[in-house]
Amino acid sequence: MKTLPPFQRLLDDHADAVLRFCIASVGRHDADDAFQETYLSAMKAYPRLRPDSDCKAWLMTIAHRKALDVHRARKRRAVPVAEPPERIEPEAPPADDAPWIAVRELPPRQRAVLTLRYAGDLTHAEIAVALDTTEEASRRAAADGLRKLREEFADAPACA
Amino acid sequence: MPLPAPEPETGRAAALAAKVAERAAADGTADVAYALVDSPCGEIVVATTKQGLARLSYTDHPGGLDRVLESLSDRLSPRVVEAPAKLDDWRRQLDDYFEGRRQDFDGPVDWSLTDGYVREVLQATARIPYGETSTYKLITEQTHAPKAYRACGGALGSNPIAIVVPCHRVLASGGKMGGYTGGLERKEILLGVEGVLPSKLV
Repeated sequence: MKTLPPFQRLLDDHADAVLRFCIASVGRHDADDAFQETYLSAMKAYPRLRPDSDCKAWLMTIAHRKALDVHRARKRRAVPVAEPPERIEPEAPPADDAPWIAVRELPPRQRAVLTLRYAGDLTHAEIAVALDTTEEASRRAAADGLRKLREEFADAPACA
Repeated sequence: MPLPAPEPETGRAAALAAKVAERAAADGTADVAYALVDSPCGEIVVATTKQGLARLSYTDHPGGLDRVLESLSDRLSPRVVEAPAKLDDWRRQLDDYFEGRRQDFDGPVDWSLTDGYVREVLQATARIPYGETSTYKLITEQTHAPKAYRACGGALGSNPIAIVVPCHRVLASGGKMGGYTGGLERKEILLGVEGVLPSKLV
């Protein structure tokens, strides 16, 4: 019977990818906390995981759920007046954050698929498992989301 | 690439991973914490559970550190993390031991990786005082299988907690060295530290 790899291996092998996903899904300010919550949650559940599981996809699923919690909490705190949807960062965020700020404003399914695909580096097959949907639905959501982003950036030529 | 992934600060992911490991070791989410310690016998891996010190091995053992960690995952729990801060007390005790400042180790031992005859042999071995030696014959006579001289060597050879459970203090009869899984040179270093042999340390 195969056994699970020691959990440290999940830290060594996937910390970089998980952090990228967290930065993309909740922004740099909350990414460190989201990262830690993801890994601690994963460690608690780890003994129940099947030994031949794809650990990276599993971690991204947990990171995605944590990101949903953060998004819901932000929605609840939202003040119903015209306020910028994104927190004001103390310094200018790195240029590669710009598209992800826009992704976070997309409808939840498109946001989830694009983040899992391009920050989490999951395949559409893995995303389908993570989101309990089909590969086809995942591809469609990705295409719809990218189209929306292109439209937004086309409308705002001042943005990077 | 339609959407390039964000670039974390250099070293940030590794630093956060280390923080997660230390937190998990401290609050018990991790069942097994380990650290690498340098010594005159080379690099050692030390691992503890909530019960105490469970494993102490030389990392040049066949299969290396990976094999030790896989074995801990298989036999104790897969929640194994590297947590040097958690292991700091054992590291300091080992440093003190090698520098001649400490004779007895202080702290509970987790015997989970042993059972039956092996555990009896090792618990008898643990009673050999610092600076003294015993023999395979005398050790096995303290177990429920007092004539199992040859099995005694095998049991000692499978000691999962080197140095702290002092299998290096067990010699063959007639003053012969006997064996040592980590290599005889290490057995001589340890006996040298304890003044049983002329010290081999520089």
